[in-house]
Amino acid sequence: MATIQINVNGENREISDIDPTTPLLWALRDHLGMVGTKFGCGKGLCGACTVHLNGTAIRSCSTPVSAVNGLNVTTIEGLAKDEDHLHPLQEAWMEHDVPQCGYCQAGQMMNAASLLATNPKPSDSDIDNAMAGNICRCGTYQRIRKAIHTAAEKGGAA
Amino acid sequence: MKNDIYSYDLIPDVDMPAEFANHENRRAAREALGEAPFMPRRQFLKLSGIAGGGLVLAFMMAGRTQSEAAHHKSDGQKTFSPNAYIQIKPDGEIIIAAKNPEVGQGVKTFLPMIIAEELEVPWESVTVVQSEIDKDRFGPQSAGGSQSTPRNWTPLRQAGAVARTMLISAAAAEWGVSAGSLKADQGFIVNPANGKKISYADLASKAATLDVPDAETVTFKERSEYKLLGKFIPGVDNLDLVTGKPLFGIDQTLPGMVYAVLVKCPSFYGKVKRANLDEVKNMPGVVDAFIVDGNSVDGELSPGVAIVAKSTYEAFLAEKALQVSWDKSEASNESWGDLKELALDLTSKPGPVAEETGDMQAAIDGADKVVDGFYTYPFLSHSNLEPQNCTAWFHDGKMEFWAPTQTPQAIAGAVSRILGIDEGDVIVNQVRGGGGFGRRLINDFACEAAAVAHKVDAPVKLMWSREADMAHDFYRVGGFHNMKGTIDKSGKLSGLQDRTLIFTNKSDGRPVRGGNIRAGNIQAPEIPNVRIEAHEIPLIVPCGWWRAPTSCSVAWVFQSFIHEMATAAGRDHLEFLLEQYGEPRWLGKQTARDFNTERAINVTKAAAKKGNWGKKMKKGQGRGIAFYFSHLGYFAEVAEVTVDSSNNVKVDRVVVAADCGILLNKSGGENQVEGSVIDAISTMASQEITFEEGAVKEQNFDDYPLSRMPSQPKIEIEWLTTEHSPTGLGEPAFPPATAAITNAIFEATGKRIRTMPISKDGFRIV
Repeated sequence: MATIQINVNGENREISDIDPTTPLLWALRDHLGMVGTKFGCGKGLCGACTVHLNGTAIRSCSTPVSAVNGLNVTTIEGLAKDEDHLHPLQEAWMEHDVPQCGYCQAGQMMNAASLLATNPKPSDSDIDNAMAGNICRCGTYQRIRKAIHTAAEKGGAA
Repeated sequence: MKNDIYSYDLIPDVDMPAEFANHENRRAAREALGEAPFMPRRQFLKLSGIAGGGLVLAFMMAGRTQSEAAHHKSDGQKTFSPNAYIQIKPDGEIIIAAKNPEVGQGVKTFLPMIIAEELEVPWESVTVVQSEIDKDRFGPQSAGGSQSTPRNWTPLRQAGAVARTMLISAAAAEWGVSAGSLKADQGFIVNPANGKKISYADLASKAATLDVPDAETVTFKERSEYKLLGKFIPGVDNLDLVTGKPLFGIDQTLPGMVYAVLVKCPSFYGKVKRANLDEVKNMPGVVDAFIVDGNSVDGELSPGVAIVAKSTYEAFLAEKALQVSWDKSEASNESWGDLKELALDLTSKPGPVAEETGDMQAAIDGADKVVDGFYTYPFLSHSNLEPQNCTAWFHDGKMEFWAPTQTPQAIAGAVSRILGIDEGDVIVNQVRGGGGFGRRLINDFACEAAAVAHKVDAPVKLMWSREADMAHDFYRVGGFHNMKGTIDKSGKLSGLQDRTLIFTNKSDGRPVRGGNIRAGNIQAPEIPNVRIEAHEIPLIVPCGWWRAPTSCSVAWVFQSFIHEMATAAGRDHLEFLLEQYGEPRWLGKQTARDFNTERAINVTKAAAKKGNWGKKMKKGQGRGIAFYFSHLGYFAEVAEVTVDSSNNVKVDRVVVAADCGILLNKSGGENQVEGSVIDAISTMASQEITFEEGAVKEQNFDDYPLSRMPSQPKIEIEWLTTEHSPTGLGEPAFPPATAAITNAIFEATGKRIRTMPISKDGFRIV
């Protein structure tokens, strides 16, 4: 058992008495009560659990919590600066009414945010390549692509 | 050709869950579905007792229960709440209840839209809340069979129109004029004679004192007067979804909650002989471990070992240390390989004639051409992205659930059977489901949560891993169709025979869920000679309703084979397909469930037109068309593909023409259609569930892949508006998509795909 320090969405959090092999996903969900990050496959195959580690998208279901000790994690709960200032991706997701069931969308948006941070004006094929690791079982891919373009036009990298 | 086999008469609990057939709202049913005969059967009767009314529920809304809210007084004024769906408060707040489970089909948005339209209020002024589960107040509450739309269309319009009528009466009394001289306009009652207007908020207290009129007496708006229905309306939960708020079943968190798994035998219906419980109990974080006996009811509680821990991960880790000696004496030891061999052998021989019209043998004897084609498709998993889970808490003698289910009203009966708890002591809270597709029509996960929660003195979140989810689904049944068709001397399709196989429940001998095959499924009423021969194989592997049950598989077979026949006849497929419908007419009893050839003709022509039918394509490209009528909706689709020399298939474009009466929510409707087409591409590419010794081999998305973003085609939709009642959109766009694409692959390559998934023939969707 270990004690882990993580900065989550700008806040320093300490998790004590945790198995260091616990995936970050379950540390967030069960130990910190932050359930916006979703469990889909447990093997990094679907992307539902995507969060940012020091600004880059990672799969939290296959990242042990010990590997993020002392690092900065951003989750869907922290994608917006604050409640009144949503991230352009969040605005675009609502404008295009992307979600069907919505379960994968936190991971989709976190992955898209990571894409826009490095490629502020992605082409269709840039988006396809970057988002290929994120499954949407409902098939909202057309709208995800449109929403990423819309967010990019509105300065989504910000 | 007798018309009566073209009645789309769903068989309860084969084509859809019995509780859908057992609804009390006969008025809505009559309008939407007609008087189709629901045959009472043993299983149907048994299941129909499930959904008892009058549940005691703690429905929290803005910090208080709805019943409190309904009688909430503000400055001595009353909230106007003429029925379970609507509350208009003197402060201007308008609350509309969404009655059915939201699993991604958009029902939490579009059902309240129906009410808001007739209530005549701006959508922006409406707050939508998820309703409690209460059959007495809301009637049947379920999400399945694309039934939410047809079954609620009339009652929800009535709910809105009743309230609007009462607000007009209140204004008429206020102003001392006749109600007939007033009209409602976006949250106000207006007197056109003098321009006076008064808001619903100001009328709420007065309206609340009036008698509620009989719902049958109120007048609906004309469709031409609609301001909201048909518009692009985003989902009501979107803000919460994009900011990661806890909406889903898996997100439920209660103080002191523990986490559980229930480990079942890899072979279906195996029982626990013994397990190393002491060792498991000593694992870190484990609170308890115990054996759970099943209740031997299909779709309820399977036996297994429950592990309860302080966290999900610790429960999963303890599962790895669990060693169980399984009693497989009554378990499935079936293998897909053996079943296939048996099925191939059976369907190569004549079988019992299930249905025959005309004289198929005469058609063969007199044929100019006889074409044979053997079609087969595999079992499929639902693979909801949110794995099955359920939170349950046994407290104060009541079992309370937070269940991502499509059939919340069915839980109480099951729990009562398993634990002996009175149905009235079962509370089900509606939570969002991360995908439905028919999987969550069966409440096995809720039964498991109840069995664990009953033994543990804390709220329990029962969690399935992805591997458990794939290993213990209720699968889309696989199938075999030995097709024979005849072309007569005039080049017409004169006969069609399907020598097929029906998997039946080992328990009762009836077709498995979604596994009945009938001549009506062919949807080509002009064929004079049709014969269905059906062999049977009893099956233990659990089967379930999977998006557009039956239609999702057989549409591909019949719509492909009709294309094969057109090709054999040297005829244009579009012209040949239209010929099979015959004259525009409404078959059977002319209810929404009966095949209407006029609607079929119109969508087929519309898809062909928008899909550039007949326009030349480049080498390696092909265009295919297919049609299907399912779940009351008429869909024709044209696919365009490019196939390279290595059999890499790019689906370039899919054009969809739909007749669902009228479109209720343009956004939600388009989402469902796009999703259905992509689901078809996903399943046809390489999905296959196989099993050996009664255990499923595929485990996760690496060996059961789902379609990803790069493989998506352009999808274009044309909505045909007709005078018919609106129909649901969760399913009917799926069935024709597969055949449209394989027909296009044939046009591009000359290769006929008769086996699903297409990876079996070396094709790959890129």
